[in-house]
Amino acid sequence: MKKVISMLLVAALAVMMGSACFAEEGTLKIGFIGPLTGAAAVYGTSCLQGAQVAVDEINAKGGMQIELIAQDDEHDPEKSVNAYNTLWDEGAQMIVGCVTTGPCKAVSAEAYNDRMFMLTPSASSTEVTEGKDNMYQVCFTDPNQGSASAQFIVDNGLATKVAVIYNNADAYSTGIYQTFVANAAELGLEVVSVTTFTDDTTDFSVQLTDAKDNGADLVFLPIYYTPASMILSQANAMEYAPTFFGVDGMDGILTMEGFDTSLAEGLMLLTPFAADAEDERTQTFVAAYQAAYTDVPTQFSADGYDAVYALYEASLEGGINGDTSTEDACEILVKVMPEITVSGLTGEMDWDANGEVTKTPKAVVIQNGVYVGM
Amino acid sequence: MVFLSYLINGISLGSVYAIIALGYTMVYGIAKMLNFAHGDVIMVGAYISFCVTQYLGMPAIVSIVAAMFVCTVLGMLIERMAYKPLREAPKLAVLITAIGVSYLLQNSAQLIWGSNPKSFNSLVNIGSIRLFDGALLISDEAIVTVLCCIIIMVALTLFTSRTKMGKAMRAVSEDKGAAQLMGVDVNFTISITFAIGSALAAIAGVLLCSSYPVLQPTTGSMPGIKAFTAAVFGGIGSIPGAMLGGILLGLIEIFGKAYISTELGDAIVFLILIIMLLVKPTGLLGKKVNEKV
Repeated sequence: MKKVISMLLVAALAVMMGSACFAEEGTLKIGFIGPLTGAAAVYGTSCLQGAQVAVDEINAKGGMQIELIAQDDEHDPEKSVNAYNTLWDEGAQMIVGCVTTGPCKAVSAEAYNDRMFMLTPSASSTEVTEGKDNMYQVCFTDPNQGSASAQFIVDNGLATKVAVIYNNADAYSTGIYQTFVANAAELGLEVVSVTTFTDDTTDFSVQLTDAKDNGADLVFLPIYYTPASMILSQANAMEYAPTFFGVDGMDGILTMEGFDTSLAEGLMLLTPFAADAEDERTQTFVAAYQAAYTDVPTQFSADGYDAVYALYEASLEGGINGDTSTEDACEILVKVMPEITVSGLTGEMDWDANGEVTKTPKAVVIQNGVYVGM
Repeated sequence: MVFLSYLINGISLGSVYAIIALGYTMVYGIAKMLNFAHGDVIMVGAYISFCVTQYLGMPAIVSIVAAMFVCTVLGMLIERMAYKPLREAPKLAVLITAIGVSYLLQNSAQLIWGSNPKSFNSLVNIGSIRLFDGALLISDEAIVTVLCCIIIMVALTLFTSRTKMGKAMRAVSEDKGAAQLMGVDVNFTISITFAIGSALAAIAGVLLCSSYPVLQPTTGSMPGIKAFTAAVFGGIGSIPGAMLGGILLGLIEIFGKAYISTELGDAIVFLILIIMLLVKPTGLLGKKVNEKV
């Protein structure tokens, strides 16, 4: 009898130890998909590093632990779907990703069918979230950057007459232009000149002369930094100096090799994150990031960081832990995400049920060759 | 006043096309082949100039000489490796080889210098000219480009009409076989043609990037195609025709954008090419060559 009892006790102990072990293993498994090699590697890498900083912070706090499982997609939709399948095999419960739009469209379609929750830090196309209840964004959608820019220009009294130069061969640029113009009309901002260009355009003299001739005091550039650098240089040559205002595509102009940064003096751009902002949270983040990776964090790092925090807080709110199945976690997050507010590096974030984020637009102005928060 | 500033922008853009078109027309006039890699030799010239000024810190003039030297060698090398073995091959084979060389150069540039665009600092710094109390501004790049274009055109015309080498070139252009029988070294003459064309490409590259300062492996392709259009427009093979075609094309592009639509700027340019080919296939100043049976 004694033997039986002791056997039972040993068994109970074993079970308890087992479950104790299990509780420790029950860390939340968050998958990450982004380009870690290839042409877009810089985005994926800084995003992953930002996410890792958030994970380390959360794990250091105690309480629920997070394990980040990163997969490389080389900015290729097919490889991204493979990466996503690998994450299922490794037991990921939710995903931070994908970092870039093309792969994100491919993977989100799969994840919608399989019911795995995804929160992309930086894929900004509306096509990413469209028709998928379990796909959320940390960044503004492309068109929302247009309305956010109009709002920011009006709120800060930057201009009354605005010119727009956009790339009509590019969906990103055209999408932002359309929402910008629609919102500018509502906000009483007068758009006096709208001109376009295509990917091969090198001469912007007509566009700039038109803006100047119509008396625009601000030129809105919803375009990438390469054509923008030519616009700035040609405006300088014709001694036209309005305020230039860009969106996230403008990020990178200062690091363009050979670029004379004095041309960008006074250039403003809508960006969710500036590494030199003075608030404590940004500074702590930048310090932790630099200690771990030496380079300066970008907006992608901040987006990655915020994505991890959003999932962490939503999981706490919805009672998700390491044991929750991926499908259950997905349904809980779909319910919880539109209800919570997450305060992150890129602002206070709320979400619509369609996955689009609402937050206060932030902008920086370039002074002496560096971003300065506005 | 706005009209005048469009006019000046048009001439300035047109003279860039003209300088590139001179290289096209020179090679076509003598070797009777379309060197589609010309636009990419321009890109290589601009990269060499960028590297010499940016990485070695040399003055502008040194970088231009270096770019001309590298492009000359490159041009002769391309001719020797890619075009010479096809001297007797059908024209289509040479044309396709030229397109191949163009891609080879673009992709090699991407390997060497990466695909990230670089910002080219203008090598022209003599100060802009102001007219009408500063209401009209003519940039120094525009002035230098137009001047270079005129000088090169005159020099090339003199070279082909007055020198012995020039005479050999015209002979090769007219009849390769007969020229050879008269003691002209055809291969050498064609090599020299490519050398001159490529040296011009280097100058064009520097001027192109001084006016439009983004440098990437595809920098030369679109201006190359537009310049080809200009050369056809002016009459391919004709040196003054290239200059005239280039400037007209620049004006058409700028005025088309300004007064019709910025969206249709390029479409208008290529529409002109199609109309020209339908109405006057030899171009504005081109000579009609009667096929002898």
